[in-house]
Amino acid sequence: MSQAKVVIVGAGHAGGTAAALLRQYGHEGPIALIGDEPIAPYQRPPLSKAWLKGEADADSLALKPTEFYAEADIDFRPGVTATAIDRGAKAVTLSDGSALPYDVLILATGARAIALPIEGKDLGGILFLRTAAHAEALKAAVGPGKRLAVVGGGYIGLEVAASGRALGAEVVVLERENRILARVACQALSDFFTGYHEKHGVMFELGASVTGFEGRDGHVTGVKLADGRTIACDAVVVGVGAHPNDELAKAAGLECARGVVVDLDARSVTDPDIFAIGDVAHRPMPIYERMFRMESVPNALEQAKQAASAIAGRPRPPGECPWQWSDQFDLKLQIAGYAFDVDEILIRGDPATAKFAVFHLKGDLVQSVEAINAPPEFMMGKNLILGRKPVNKAKLADPSVSMKEVAV
Amino acid sequence: MAKITYIEHDGTEHAIDVKNGLSVMEGAVKNNIPGIDADCGGACACATCHVYVREDWLEKTGERSAMEESMLDFAEGVEENSRLSCQIKVSDELDGLVVTMPESQH
Repeated sequence: MSQAKVVIVGAGHAGGTAAALLRQYGHEGPIALIGDEPIAPYQRPPLSKAWLKGEADADSLALKPTEFYAEADIDFRPGVTATAIDRGAKAVTLSDGSALPYDVLILATGARAIALPIEGKDLGGILFLRTAAHAEALKAAVGPGKRLAVVGGGYIGLEVAASGRALGAEVVVLERENRILARVACQALSDFFTGYHEKHGVMFELGASVTGFEGRDGHVTGVKLADGRTIACDAVVVGVGAHPNDELAKAAGLECARGVVVDLDARSVTDPDIFAIGDVAHRPMPIYERMFRMESVPNALEQAKQAASAIAGRPRPPGECPWQWSDQFDLKLQIAGYAFDVDEILIRGDPATAKFAVFHLKGDLVQSVEAINAPPEFMMGKNLILGRKPVNKAKLADPSVSMKEVAV
Repeated sequence: MAKITYIEHDGTEHAIDVKNGLSVMEGAVKNNIPGIDADCGGACACATCHVYVREDWLEKTGERSAMEESMLDFAEGVEENSRLSCQIKVSDELDGLVVTMPESQH
C-alpha cells in the first residue's frame, strides 16, 4: 500500500505528524495535507503558556520548518477546508471547488472551542484559545493594568490565568460548578489549584453562572452573572470545552459517537479506506475496556502513529497509557490514565509542599495518577496503569517508599 | 551552528546542522529524524526524547537537571550517558556532537 494516494484533512498536531511519519515509514505515494489555518502545523500547548508569555516564537512552535513539506514531497495546502467526502468516487471536495481523489483518507479535523450562545457573545474582546490566531488576539489583550475574565475553570482556563498573571494582568476565573476542574479532577486537586492560583493573585467566582456579556462601542466590558452581578473586564477568554469536528464524517455516513468511531488502527469502522485521528476520533482504549474520545497531544501523536503504521504496512504500535500535562506558574502537572470506575483516591505526599500525587484506584489497580511536581509518581504510575499491575496501597501511600517498590 | 550526528538504534546515521539555541531534540524532530518522539515538545514532561550521549561529549553537554534526572530514573534502558535531548541546548561548543537513540522511547 506504500504507493497509495493519501489525503489528510486537518493540518494540526495529528495531521501534520501523520504526514511526517508516513514519509519516515517509507511511504512513497503522494500525500496531500489540507489545513484551514494559514500556517503549517504547529504545537498548540505553548499557546497558553510559553508562547503567550513571549518565551517561544513562531519558528519554535512549528512542528517542522516550512520548507520540510516541499522537501518531503508533501502537498501542503493551507487556508483550505474540505467540504464533502464522496466515498463512492473516493474524492474529497475542497472549499476552493476542486476535488482531490484519494486511495486512503485520514480525517484529522480536530475539535473546536464551544461558544456560549448568550447575549453579547459577538462583542469584540471575547476570545477563545484553540489556534495561533486566537493566541495572537489574546496576547494583544493581556498585560499590566488589563483585567481578564476567564470563563471556565478547566486546564485551558487555568493555564491562561497563570500566564495572564505572569504578564501583569488582573485575572478572575468564573466557574459554573462549585469547584474548578470539576469535570476532570478530584476535590483535593481542585482545592490545591485554587489555593495555588489565589496565592498568585488569581480571583475565583465559583458557582457562577454566566448569563451574558456587556459591552460598549462593540467591545466587551463585563460578564453578567445569574446572581445579578456584573464582573468588569477588558477581555474574556471562554474555555468551556470543545466539540469534535465530525460533521464531514457524519455527512459521509461514517459511524460517529461524538467523534468518528475507529478501531485499534485508527481506521473507521464504517469504511476501511478512511482513518480518523486525534481530537475527532472516538477510539478504543484496551486498558479500560471501553471507547472514548480524548483531547490531548499524546493521543494525537499515538493515533497518527497507528494510522501511518497501518497505511505503511508496519506492525501496530504497542498499547499505550494515555497521558497529558499542564504547566501553571512553577507547577508541572502530569496526568497518566483516566479515572474510570474508581473506588478509592489515595494521596501520596503533602499538597502543602506542592509536590504530591493523587492516585485513583480500582481495587488494587491504578486507573489514573495526577502528579504535581512529582515525575517518579507519574512515570511509574504510567507503567502500573499500562501493565495493569496491582499495588501495595500502604507502600503507595508512604512517600518514603520508592515508587519502584510499590508494585505487589 | 553545530553539526550533530544522530545515530538510530539500527545504526543509521544522520549528520545535521542544528542552529544555536535549539535543543538537540528539536534538531532531530524538525528534520524528521526517526527515533526521537518528543511527545511533549520539550516541556520535560514525557521522557520520549531519550538519547545516549557519546562518552567524549558528556562534559560539554552538561549535567542533568533535577527534573530530568527523576524522569530518566523511570525510563527504559537508561545508562550513565542517558540524557533527555530536549534539555541539551545547541551552541557552537557542541559542533561534532554524537548521540545514539534507544530502541524505543516508550
